[in-house]
Amino acid sequence: MKNKRSKSTAPATTLPKCPTGIQGLDEITGGGFPRGRPTLVCGSAGCGKTLMAAEFLVRGAAQFGEPGVLMAFEETEAELKANVASLGFDLNGLVRRKKIVIDYVHIEPSEIQESGDYDLEGLFVRLSHAIDSIGAKRVVLDTLEALFSSLANEAILRAELRRLFRWLKVKGVTAVITAERGREQFTRHGLEEYVSDCVILLDHRVNDQIATRHLRVVKYRGARHGTNEFPFLIGNEGISVLPITSLGLNHKISRERIATGIPRLDAMLGGRGFFRGSSILLTGTPGTGKTIVAANFAQAAALRGERVLFFSFEESPNQIIRNMHSIGLRLEPLVKRDLLRFHSARPSLYGLEMHLATMFKEIATFKPHVVIVDPITSLMDAGTDSESKGMVTRLIDYLKGGQVTSLFTSLTQGGHALQQSEMAMSSLMDSWLLLQDFEGNGERNRVLYVLKARGMAHSNQIREFLISDRGIDLVDAYIGPSGVLTGSARAAQNSLEKAAILASQQESARRKRELERKREAIERQISGLRSDYESETMELRRVDEQVGTRALTLTTERAASGRLRQADAKVPVSTRGNSRNGKNGKGHQ
Amino acid sequence: MKAKTAKRPASRAKRRPAKLWQLRLYVTDSTSKSVDAFSNLKKICESRLKGCYRITVIDLVKHPELAKGDQILAVPTVVRRLPQPVRTIIGSLSDTAHLLVGLDLRPAV
Repeated sequence: MKNKRSKSTAPATTLPKCPTGIQGLDEITGGGFPRGRPTLVCGSAGCGKTLMAAEFLVRGAAQFGEPGVLMAFEETEAELKANVASLGFDLNGLVRRKKIVIDYVHIEPSEIQESGDYDLEGLFVRLSHAIDSIGAKRVVLDTLEALFSSLANEAILRAELRRLFRWLKVKGVTAVITAERGREQFTRHGLEEYVSDCVILLDHRVNDQIATRHLRVVKYRGARHGTNEFPFLIGNEGISVLPITSLGLNHKISRERIATGIPRLDAMLGGRGFFRGSSILLTGTPGTGKTIVAANFAQAAALRGERVLFFSFEESPNQIIRNMHSIGLRLEPLVKRDLLRFHSARPSLYGLEMHLATMFKEIATFKPHVVIVDPITSLMDAGTDSESKGMVTRLIDYLKGGQVTSLFTSLTQGGHALQQSEMAMSSLMDSWLLLQDFEGNGERNRVLYVLKARGMAHSNQIREFLISDRGIDLVDAYIGPSGVLTGSARAAQNSLEKAAILASQQESARRKRELERKREAIERQISGLRSDYESETMELRRVDEQVGTRALTLTTERAASGRLRQADAKVPVSTRGNSRNGKNGKGHQ
Repeated sequence: MKAKTAKRPASRAKRRPAKLWQLRLYVTDSTSKSVDAFSNLKKICESRLKGCYRITVIDLVKHPELAKGDQILAVPTVVRRLPQPVRTIIGSLSDTAHLLVGLDLRPAV
């Protein structure tokens, strides 16, 4: 993936380049084929040589204002036109407008008799005439090697080919020569010997019954170039070579946050959801609700008016729409408004690279704000590990470059070991949600964690993940001394706790009542004691009164008896004290 | 022989029927190969097809557009337009045996 960046970074001394206009190829070659020199495109049958050459020519004429000559040795003009028309190239129109000249060179070996010395001046004359007639800047010689089967004298042919390439350089045209792949060398007849400035090798390989085309720049004299094998595909808009982008790690970064469609999940992610343009991985075992979370995210984005592209590799669009309907997500109107687009394909339909290329194309045409890949793992089965990782990297690079938020679901087989096997992929992701199910009490319950969320405070808590016909709900899972409880266990624990609270409430009420009773008893005791005291006080007072009365009575009686005895007439009646004195006195007397 | 050179001997051919042979010789300028080819061709025609042949010499440098019609690649090239079928012989025609085979004047050995 180490490619030349762009023409601007290259020093001024580099070769002038001739842009091919073929998606991705210019990035790999750092601007195109070497201008004014021949380029050899070789490969086995059916790998797209002719098409690449034709596209180079057509795009040159249509996009870069460089007319071209196509000298075809294998296909007739009509065949060529029909072939490239299927890719959306209007070769006919370009020919009519004198932008392209097609010259079909046909030699029937059986009709030709050689006698004596000759040269290929006729070919030169034809080519020269064609070039001059439209002022061509580009020339394609499609399978020049056909000459080897037509002409017996190889010595002459080789000498003439050498002369031809020199002549092309002198003419200053950028030429593409296609050639059949040889067994031990790039081309069957060793054309690379003559065309040594730039050699591009195309390859069509079948791996696990899935065929993928690859392109490699074998040689590019005087220029740096990507040396890897790059997959390419022939789509309905011509060839596209991957990677489309080689941005590296310098994407624009957005601070904008977007909601996930699940409020509680937003809350777990610092309250505001994911960053725009970030990549999100959603892993989970089967049936943990990955697609549901993804669909929620898609719906939320589409309802905000953003375009969402949903790549589904397991379910058909209608199935997803129906299934999501059952949990209260209405996706169909969003599809009708063209805010949500599904792209479903079986992973085994074609190779990983083809998938990627198709995805790139879809993304390029639909220009989504959010891309969902459900699941990325089934896609990865279509390729080897390193391929898959490379693919995901490219996809993420591409999406991040366009500030597209991406959500990838990933199917794990359960258990924690697999969490590690996905490390490779997860390290590419900005956020990672883990869906798991807890088994116990004869039921499975879903839980959700946020494993990582770069650049935002996020909850470290486990949440129970409930799916109902109203959608998704996240509930605090019970975490207590007996571990994490979910589902009915959580409910049971809740009721246990409620019972315990109730019991203690009752207990305290009972105690309160008892205390009240005690207080009442004490109060009663106090009032009893008080009444005792009061009655005693009363008693005492009564005694006092009695004593007084008795004394008075006694005095009165004594006075009365004194009077009776007339002993002392002058004794005051009222003085009580004197009574004793009186008595005493009386005793003294 | 830069331009068109027609040869039409007045005398009638003896061995061959009165069928006219149309031959086209494609050359470029007057290179030695071209000159050789013309003289070799003429020699054979005179000896075998006297009086019933016509050689048209086409200089591709002057008329490059004509190369396409007869699918000319090699120079010099002789194309037997008539009688059918069309036959093509390339080279300076120094190899008489091959030339005769090519013109269908002698079966291939």
